[in-house]
Amino acid sequence: MEPAEPTIDALGQFRLFPSLGMLGRSVNFTQANTFMVIGGLLTMALLYYGMRPRAIVPGRLQSAAELAYNFIYDMCVSQVGEEGKRFFPFVFTLFFFVLMGNLLGLLPYAFTYTSHIAITGALALMVIVVVTIVAIRENGTHFFTEYFFPAGTPKALAPLIIPIEVISYLSRPVSLSIRLFANMVAGHVMFEVFATFTVMLAGLGLFGPLIAVGPVVINVALVGFELLVACLQAYVFAILTCIYLHDAVHLH
Amino acid sequence: MEVAAAKALGAGIAVIALAGVGVGIGNIFSSLVSSIARNPTARDQVFGLGILGFALTEAVALFALLIAFLILFT
Repeated sequence: MEPAEPTIDALGQFRLFPSLGMLGRSVNFTQANTFMVIGGLLTMALLYYGMRPRAIVPGRLQSAAELAYNFIYDMCVSQVGEEGKRFFPFVFTLFFFVLMGNLLGLLPYAFTYTSHIAITGALALMVIVVVTIVAIRENGTHFFTEYFFPAGTPKALAPLIIPIEVISYLSRPVSLSIRLFANMVAGHVMFEVFATFTVMLAGLGLFGPLIAVGPVVINVALVGFELLVACLQAYVFAILTCIYLHDAVHLH
Repeated sequence: MEVAAAKALGAGIAVIALAGVGVGIGNIFSSLVSSIARNPTARDQVFGLGILGFALTEAVALFALLIAFLILFT
């Protein structure tokens, strides 16, 4: 029995389906939403059960929770300055939402919700709206004149500087969302492509199955690399949010 | 068949951008190594910046890769 010519269906894994039976179908609750809920619950469970012993010498779970808290807190304070303490909950939530999405996506049969531009785009738009509101609250309308046309710039350069600054400000949410989404899509497409190579090679006569071990080995290495990328992208998302907040508070 | 061939060619051309990204990432890490070699105590501060630069440069590679995927699979 010869199956149809195998093709690489690399983007099929990102298709959305309603989950949770009838109830989910009636409100369009997809598996992406399910994994968002799981990610949020896991974060809360880590913090709740991690901090419950309140031991002076922390155990393993408590160390993990304290480490995560201190890491983001230090990032906020070192990037934004003393004002960064106010934005700590925001950055912490963003970091853990993205991190859980990236890490949960690496489990077999799981769905990566950060691989959808609708979700990363919404996150990035939220960041940019919050940053703009913070900037206006901190500096008033002075923000627009000072940010888009820094003091000390020659008047003759205004037609050049202002469009450049406006475009670079508006392209922030685009690059922020596409970076995360493209990283996740590229990683998962690579998994799929190498897994399909294994299936294709295994059907190639006598030595096919022997050669087919190669893509499996590559996939194992890729999982390790994707673990690094998952943490790195969550870190980059959080630190870029901090840098934008710094610009909003201190104006460059 | 011509469409399939054109898709393969287009995807190949789209990833030429990776040459520039390779130069960029190599540049970042060579500067990182030489700066740590000159001043090992600055390692903690410089390493974070290096990783940030790596992630920002890698994003450019992923934009190109995404275009290649779009051409190939859609």
